[in-house]
Amino acid sequence: MKYIQLIGLTLFLTGLLAFTVIPFLGEYTISEAIVLDNTKDIHQEKMKELLEPMYDKEYSSSFSFIRELNQRVDDYNSELKAESNWDQVIWDDYSFPLAKASLSSPVQNHPWLFLFVSIGLTVLGGLFYNFPKFKGEPEGIKNNGIFHSKMKNRGWLGMLTGSYLILFYVILYWFPAYMVNLVWMVEPLSLILSGNSASQWFLYGLIYTLAILVMGVRMFRKYRGNRYQQIRTASVMFFQTAFAFLIPEILVLLNKPYFDFKNIWPLDYSFFYDYRIETLTSSGAIGMFMLIWGILLIVVGVPLFTYFYGKRWYCSWVCGCGGLAETVGDPYRQLSDKSLKSWKIERYLIHGVLVLAVVMTALTIANYFSAFSFLGNVTNQLHSFYGFAIGSAFAGVVGTGFYPFMGNRVWCRFGCPLAAYLGMVQRFKSRFRITTNGGQCISCGNCSTYCEMGIDVRWYAQRGQNIVRSSCVGCGVCSAVCPRGVLKLENGPEEGRINEMPILIGNDSVKLNA
Amino acid sequence: MSPSKHIVILGNGIAGITCARHLRKGDDNIQITVISGESKYFFSRTALMYVYMGHMKFEHTQPYENWFWEKNRIDLVQDWVEKVDFKEKKLRCQSGKTINYDQLVLATGSKPNKFGWPGQGLKGVQGLYSKQDLELMEKNTESGVKKAVIVGGGLIGIEMAEMLAYKNIEVTFLVRESGFWRNILPEEESEMVGRHIREHHFDLRVNTELEEIISDGSGKVKAVKTKSGEEIPCQFVGLTAGVSPNLDFLKGTELDLDRGILVDHLFQTNLRDVFAIGDCAQFREKPDKNRNIIEQVWYTGRMHGETLAQTILGKPTPYKPGVWFNSAKFLDIEYQTYGQVPADWDESQVSNFYWEHSSGKVCFRMLCDSDGRILGVNNFGFRLRHEFFDKAIREQWSGQKVIQNLDKANFDPEFFAPYISAIQRKYAEENNITLKISKPSFFQRLIGAKL
Ligand SMILES: Cc1cc2nc3c(=O)[nH]c(=O)nc-3n(C[C@H](O)[C@H](O)[C@H](O)COP(=O)(O)OP(=O)(O)OC[C@H]3O[C@@H](n4cnc5c(N)ncnc54)[C@H](O)[C@@H]3O)c2cc1C
Ligand code: SF4
Ligand code: SF4
Repeated sequence: MKYIQLIGLTLFLTGLLAFTVIPFLGEYTISEAIVLDNTKDIHQEKMKELLEPMYDKEYSSSFSFIRELNQRVDDYNSELKAESNWDQVIWDDYSFPLAKASLSSPVQNHPWLFLFVSIGLTVLGGLFYNFPKFKGEPEGIKNNGIFHSKMKNRGWLGMLTGSYLILFYVILYWFPAYMVNLVWMVEPLSLILSGNSASQWFLYGLIYTLAILVMGVRMFRKYRGNRYQQIRTASVMFFQTAFAFLIPEILVLLNKPYFDFKNIWPLDYSFFYDYRIETLTSSGAIGMFMLIWGILLIVVGVPLFTYFYGKRWYCSWVCGCGGLAETVGDPYRQLSDKSLKSWKIERYLIHGVLVLAVVMTALTIANYFSAFSFLGNVTNQLHSFYGFAIGSAFAGVVGTGFYPFMGNRVWCRFGCPLAAYLGMVQRFKSRFRITTNGGQCISCGNCSTYCEMGIDVRWYAQRGQNIVRSSCVGCGVCSAVCPRGVLKLENGPEEGRINEMPILIGNDSVKLNA
Repeated sequence: MSPSKHIVILGNGIAGITCARHLRKGDDNIQITVISGESKYFFSRTALMYVYMGHMKFEHTQPYENWFWEKNRIDLVQDWVEKVDFKEKKLRCQSGKTINYDQLVLATGSKPNKFGWPGQGLKGVQGLYSKQDLELMEKNTESGVKKAVIVGGGLIGIEMAEMLAYKNIEVTFLVRESGFWRNILPEEESEMVGRHIREHHFDLRVNTELEEIISDGSGKVKAVKTKSGEEIPCQFVGLTAGVSPNLDFLKGTELDLDRGILVDHLFQTNLRDVFAIGDCAQFREKPDKNRNIIEQVWYTGRMHGETLAQTILGKPTPYKPGVWFNSAKFLDIEYQTYGQVPADWDESQVSNFYWEHSSGKVCFRMLCDSDGRILGVNNFGFRLRHEFFDKAIREQWSGQKVIQNLDKANFDPEFFAPYISAIQRKYAEENNITLKISKPSFFQRLIGAKL
């Protein structure tokens, strides 16, 4: 390994270690003032009373502090639940804001330093590692040793990485109170960008964006000589940094609603939730613009762009989930399952999620316009179910945490309702297809192996059939890795796009459907 | 319903398997058995190198999932056939099993050539053809190999070199001709590949022949000696001087053999109900004036299989190959060819157009006959469309028409450099004509793709 890469790796691991240790720093002391500052008016009295015994005690670990805090609220709640006194139950989870406010740790005094030592070093290390990659080697496919790798072929390194990611997501979604140190670390950055105090989501957005940027550099190196891959990578890096990360924060700084202009319902499943509609409709002209923009993307943008370019315009050029999959996830793309069976499962699952998202949204809107007389609170429960099962567990924990186990597009392939919608357009009304080059295929299997969507590309290529599959995100990697120049992503006339009965050219003896 | 007849196919390569698939497509009722000693399931031989280099696992080289065979009622037998009793229509296998057939298709493929070099049987000396060869190569290069010599500069040779480089083994490449694959490639192309081979730090020795392989005394290779007397130390030797039909077990039977199993244009051997296809077949007469009597590539194996299936299904179909095509990859440089581009040609009969990009890794050649009609093209480092050239060559387009329409032949991914217009420009210049040069696409302009 090159010297610089070794330094990079060391820096990266040091940063990662720091990132892992930082949550354990500091002490927690809660006070009445903290409770009053961080709870809703209706809960203030009760919380004040419930947490009273904890006041001004110093807790040396997050575990003891958060456990006791939750215990007290839970005990109270279970009594009420036993009495079926639902109205009084404190449904809100205050552990994150209370823990954040109760913390006193060195991180608060030197946030920039800690940010540098953890995330800063991993980014620096990642760049040191990625920039010199394949230096001095001719341009070409760089898949050497992937299936001999401990990282990329479900070896112990892959397992470890996957477990770490899963743990991170579980804490992020369900136990954010344990990561308040990390959130304090990005507090000043958040104040600069949006003027707001940092939440765990700001921390996550920052890490997410940096991960795409650092691993985007790796893509540039790996796919030297392949302009399609490089430009596509630059595109996801740009959309993540500008549209998903910076612009929404800056909007908040300007007192406008937080809005990601490239996120589209039903991936953005809460787009039609009452509180979001209300925020937009009460934000003047720009709010209305956002609302109309979001709706236009759904009804005009998706069909139109997908008609001309296939779903790739979104999935592998714009989308944030796609962006992460195509950069951070690229080393794992070969782990997707190519069997016919998984294709069947995929179709049930992804369309199931789409139906769920559509039904949920329809009910939400109906309920909203009937001023909640239609279903009352039920939509809220639906929202929390969807948020938990699909938004967090599926998209986050499984979607990303499972990269090293099931490949980098688990969510996009099996779960994303927007991908299902884009896919239907792509399958039935689009100019996009992957063309196969006559009879040139040697059935080697590189294309299928490296298709992140688990499409058995070879099945089509070896019979000279165009690939018109709803799941294809147009990443172009099958075309890149094909050693015989068989595959080309193309937009063209709809006529002849779907050739179910292809004929392989080159044999004049018979004209046969392969 | 009991099966109408039992077709046994010996060999589960592309030829045998394609035949089996088309038999099943055409007839639901016949019994089909495919026998091979190498592996139970069909795999792509062309992908063996990728398994060694960790691009794929062996299962990835299998084009069909395992359930496919049962679903299509194609019985698979993994066994080596030792003897064929043509009179009794019976095969005897290594395991002792016998299998009867009504009709037999021999699709036994090839084996690596060994020209009786002294020391060719030493440990660490091998060819690369089968799955077993791959496993042997993995074992032979597991440890203690620093230097290797490859004998013979063909397609498998360069693949083997690339494989060895993956294990950081220094490779010396002995090529008998004056340049890499020079018996097939014209001089410029051969040189281009040669440069690329050296760019990958292989020691390419042209005009060099193997004299003998030297043992270290314990039965392992320690060096090779060339005809000029030079000794090159090495711990591994790859023998890749071509392949020849695999038919040793058929020798001494009533089957007519030459280098291959002799067949007519219906793939019939001299024996009733016995056919041969793929690498192992040798045509008694050339199937076409431009074709060889033995065709040892993937695509022809497939076409033989497709065609023979029709004959067996009762529609006698003579083999009529279309326009020749082939492709390969030399390390990082892709190569495709359509039609006829021989290594050398008669300047008075053939006109030649050649364009090479300044990188020295991309080139295009077109040969035309004395009437200016296209004979064939070679393209290196970029991709061209098969369909386009199949049509152009079949319809004998003029060279100018081909170049004028070359943008329609482009098969490179979007945003790639606009080589086509550079080729058109050079062609117009050389021939003193005005051509409409293809405009870059919207996307190419968008990102300013340049040569
Ligand atoms: C490393 C390598 C790379 C190649 N790359 C290319 C390429 O890029 N492009 C290209 O066009 N061609 C390529 N080829 C050539 C191509 O693979 C062959 O032309 C093709 O596989 C031949 O197919 P086949 O069906 O005739 O025979 P095979 O694939 O050889 O199948 C014959 C089968 O029969 C079995 N068999 C033989 N005798 C017996 C017996 N007595 N009992 C039981 N089983 C038996 C063998 O074990 C074998 O499995 C390559 C070959 C190799 C080795
Ligand atoms: S088929 Fe090709 S372009 Fe489509 S997702 Fe798979 S690898 Fe990417
Ligand atoms: S990578 Fe290319 S040659 Fe190999 S199976 Fe796929 S299309 Fe065919």
